[in-house]
Amino acid sequence: MRKQWLSAPYGLWAIVFSIAPIAIIAIYSFCSRSPYGNIIYEFTLENYQKFLQPIYLRVLWRSIILAVQSTLICFILGYPIAMMIAGSGSKQKNIMVMLFVLPLWTNFLLRTYAWMVLLRDQGVINQVLMALKIIDGPLKLLYNHNAVLLGMVYNFLPFMVLPIYSVLSKIDSSFIEAAEDLGATNFQVFARVIFPLSLPGVISGLIMVFMPAVSTFVISDLLGGGQTVLLGNLIQNQFLVARNWQFGSAISMMMITLILITMGLTAKYQREGGRQLW
Amino acid sequence: MVKKIWKGFYIGTIYLFLYLPIFLLIIYSFNDSKYRGNWNGFTFRWYRELLRDHTIVSALYNTFAIAVLSALIATIIGTAAAIGIYHMSPKAKTVWMNITYLPVLNPDIVIGISLLALFVWMKMKLGFLTLLLAHVTFNIPYVVLAVLPKMYQLNPYLEEAALDLGATPLQAFFKVILPEILPGVITGGLLAFTLSLDDFMVSFFTTGSGVNTLSIKVYSMTKLGVSPKINALSTILFVGVLGLLAILQRRANNMKE
Repeated sequence: MRKQWLSAPYGLWAIVFSIAPIAIIAIYSFCSRSPYGNIIYEFTLENYQKFLQPIYLRVLWRSIILAVQSTLICFILGYPIAMMIAGSGSKQKNIMVMLFVLPLWTNFLLRTYAWMVLLRDQGVINQVLMALKIIDGPLKLLYNHNAVLLGMVYNFLPFMVLPIYSVLSKIDSSFIEAAEDLGATNFQVFARVIFPLSLPGVISGLIMVFMPAVSTFVISDLLGGGQTVLLGNLIQNQFLVARNWQFGSAISMMMITLILITMGLTAKYQREGGRQLW
Repeated sequence: MVKKIWKGFYIGTIYLFLYLPIFLLIIYSFNDSKYRGNWNGFTFRWYRELLRDHTIVSALYNTFAIAVLSALIATIIGTAAAIGIYHMSPKAKTVWMNITYLPVLNPDIVIGISLLALFVWMKMKLGFLTLLLAHVTFNIPYVVLAVLPKMYQLNPYLEEAALDLGATPLQAFFKVILPEILPGVITGGLLAFTLSLDDFMVSFFTTGSGVNTLSIKVYSMTKLGVSPKINALSTILFVGVLGLLAILQRRANNMKE
């Protein structure tokens, strides 16, 4: 028996459940809509033209801004942490990594819901601040841009820390010693040796935060409370509420394009192409 | 010294940020008040009500059933696929790897709606089966990606040696190849299991009325007014994960000794 045939079940599965669905979406995005909202197999660019209306472009812009902001904040917060973990003793290291993985194993929705409890008007943060007489009335912490941003950073920070840590911990310490022996200052060692060597991990981290951030609809739904409509909310709405699958498909195709562009921009910085999970 | 204090302070703050919400839910799960503002004394009431809520119990059952089944199916199909891909020509390999990365790079929401479109087009009834198919779909690539590196570490003459010594191809696989790649298979299977357990996006679009997973149940509860039962549920899950980790850690330590 030829061993390649062992892949056949997977190949079949991938064609039916990975490739065909995307093909269907791609076709739908060019289909017309009957007066009752049904799909008519007639070529049109209407769905894409609709997306170019200012109201939808604003959603696209907001999604990109939020995703970029949360990715940058995760990077700024996460890189030092990854360095500290990589620099600690082996037993401590394991515990510190575990502490970053553990939240990932508790349900994502429950974690986001916990922030609703913290941020609401009668929530813990407002109560503490009022008890300390720092504020008189409750602050509006929930249902705005910053609450969504906070939720994204909270949920996706481990995705930034773990890949950077895994690259940092594999850096050959003799490189650093060599640089020090040759008279480099601490800052030079970091800027010229450690950081360039950690770039593959940084890129993985950036992608792993940007992707879920740009496509989420749960965080914006729970913490933005309908005030912050993102691409994901738009797709969900078109598929489940407005029942305009053609338009929803067109938005999905735009989202895929957005992600492909991001991947393309970062691909050249990622050596050996190996994307690691953590 | 000052630097060390700053480091500790920074790390402490970040861990506080990560765990504060989780601990908060745990504390409130024992609070005898429907309104989360004030502390009205200690109670197990929410835990009792949780166990009596059969929609939550059935969601819990669905979540685990789908996680176990999808991980199992994905592990079998994925391991076979990895072995096949390993034996392919470089050109075919590239094509197969690109197909494998497709669900990994595709945003969950697009996987969800595109599978929904497929199931509707195939006139399948949305429910347990469609959920299972969807979960297997996003799980297989992770198994392939976990097993493949182990295949490359394998000594290519190992199998030939087994065959020369009179093993049938099946025996050679189960007695020689499989034990060698087993760590990759287990990693892939566990990864699939956890991904399935935590999934919301894909499940949300591919399930039908009446069939809930835990994530979907929590989502609908946050929409329809929140009951402290959710807090009790999060506590049970968190303690469960912690216990599981402790057991795994202990086994790992025992194996080292």
